[in-house]
Amino acid sequence: MTSARPGTADLPLRVAIIGAGPTGFYAADHLFRQEGLVVEVDMFDRVPTPFGLVRAGVAPDHQKIKSVTAAFDKVASHPRFRFYGCVELGKHLSVEDLRAHYHQIFYATGAQTDRRMGIPGEDLTGSHPATEFVAWYNGHPDYQDHQFDLGVERAAVVGVGNVAIDVARILCRTPDELAGTDISDQALAALRGSRIKEVYLLGRRGPAQAAFTNPEIKELGELAGADVVVHPHEVELDPLSRAALAQAPDRATSKKVEILQSFARHAPSGKPRRLVIRFLVSPVELVGNAAGAVTGITLVRNELYQTPTGTLQPRATGELETLPVGLVFRSVGYRGVPLPGVPFNDKWAVILNEKGRVVDPASRMPVVGEYTGGWIKRGPSGVIGTNKPDAAETVACMLEDLGRGAVLQPSAATAAAADALVRSRQPQCVSYPDWKVLDRIEVGRGRASGRPRVKLTRLEEILAALRDQAGNR
Amino acid sequence: MTVATILARKGVKVVTIRPEQTLREALARLSEHSIGAVIVTDAAGTLVGILSERDIVREAVRNERFFDLTVSAIMTRSVITGTPADELTAIATTMTNKRFRHLPILDGGKLVGVISLGDVMKAQRDEFLGEVDTLQTQIIGEKAS
Repeated sequence: MTSARPGTADLPLRVAIIGAGPTGFYAADHLFRQEGLVVEVDMFDRVPTPFGLVRAGVAPDHQKIKSVTAAFDKVASHPRFRFYGCVELGKHLSVEDLRAHYHQIFYATGAQTDRRMGIPGEDLTGSHPATEFVAWYNGHPDYQDHQFDLGVERAAVVGVGNVAIDVARILCRTPDELAGTDISDQALAALRGSRIKEVYLLGRRGPAQAAFTNPEIKELGELAGADVVVHPHEVELDPLSRAALAQAPDRATSKKVEILQSFARHAPSGKPRRLVIRFLVSPVELVGNAAGAVTGITLVRNELYQTPTGTLQPRATGELETLPVGLVFRSVGYRGVPLPGVPFNDKWAVILNEKGRVVDPASRMPVVGEYTGGWIKRGPSGVIGTNKPDAAETVACMLEDLGRGAVLQPSAATAAAADALVRSRQPQCVSYPDWKVLDRIEVGRGRASGRPRVKLTRLEEILAALRDQAGNR
Repeated sequence: MTVATILARKGVKVVTIRPEQTLREALARLSEHSIGAVIVTDAAGTLVGILSERDIVREAVRNERFFDLTVSAIMTRSVITGTPADELTAIATTMTNKRFRHLPILDGGKLVGVISLGDVMKAQRDEFLGEVDTLQTQIIGEKAS
């Protein structure tokens, strides 16, 4: 059974991309840029709107980072690109459906859940994954009914990665600072009423190992309504860190330590909130009251030791302290979620793959026509742009396989057949032109109040807006 | 960035050989998988050494009839190992300073993979490329707004 090789005007290469985040768009872009190859890309997302974490993850007070969507818009303007929002793999479409309609399938679903801390009290009321708070304040439709008790006075954020920093910063922002952003209306209202006075940001290693960047840490020092507090002895470099820096000098790290030490020298200026950045501490237990609500977090003090590869890792000393907090956000890493019908590597919480080719766990050989990219391929690491070389690596595998004819043999390889199937399964699917309508509505709503946009955050709200618009046409 | 990022996209294969096998077999394995070193494990799967191209070259120079030697005769026995949580920046420095190019990764004492200096360099390059791209996008975005 041989058939003509796809990739021509008569028989375009049909590619399904699952997930409309940065990786999906970078992959589509790479495919469209191949000379002499005619590609049709259908991109699916379980939420109605595109752009993944650029919309639902990147902090609302970091609008500049969101400007990357202009590049994604350009990709979407390609005549052979289609977007289907509100369409979920495993709910509306199966892998079998995709195999019947596409030559290649690209999974780019990201890392959708958080890693647990694995300590007693983790599930007490008031203990949340930081990602849920982020999704909530960014107006993600699935998280609008979540409740966060901002009536408490102290909160702890476990972790010092960029999500942890975002959460701590948003908790410390004044309503005025937030009012000019695209934070969800609901979150803005809730944060206006926040009684939080003190936020602890907890790092398990020292200042030299903290993942945050210098612009991020500087930004914390410039908050209108919060003083940054660090303990002088926690930002002193330990001998191991000092030796590591001497052996492999790194200006950014030295600068980071310097900025943190400057925080230690400045007395608080009396702003209403305090952001306390702690180092060399790990939570060992969340303490609760009779009602099952968090009242404190017990920390153990760590010391650093060097592994044989030179990495500095924390080790508990046994010295304990308990901070009184009523709210805990954990941000100690993320995990990918298995997709129904797609091989999963539970150890790394990614799709089982080799350079982006999905691998069959039994035969250890690539599965024909299935690929992956982004966080569900390599785990959560890097910035938005890191997904560009990552997607390019996978696309190179796709092209190599296409070159030797190793593609799926779909029985209905036309855009019309796929479109009919998707619409029959999910009549409420959202197209890219639909998204542009929503985008205009959101930006329009924002203009009135001097905000970049006011997001539509409920599915019903989004569908109703599209119905109204269709009625007006 | 940690070792886990590299191992996540390397499938499940770890190419190993037993100490009692011959260098002829070892060379075939290196060639078949296009790799520069093979991990030596005993019957229980425990890491006992590593055999690299360099080890074989060194032996070949002084002994042209090396093919029938066993792996254990020339393998490197004192092997530096890493864990999935180890950091690529530290590893890059250690590999460069101590001049080795392959790092077996153990998790709870169990061999879960091996990473090469090339893997580390590629991961770091991709990270830097990504950062440059993101910074450029932001600067352009800033100018446009």
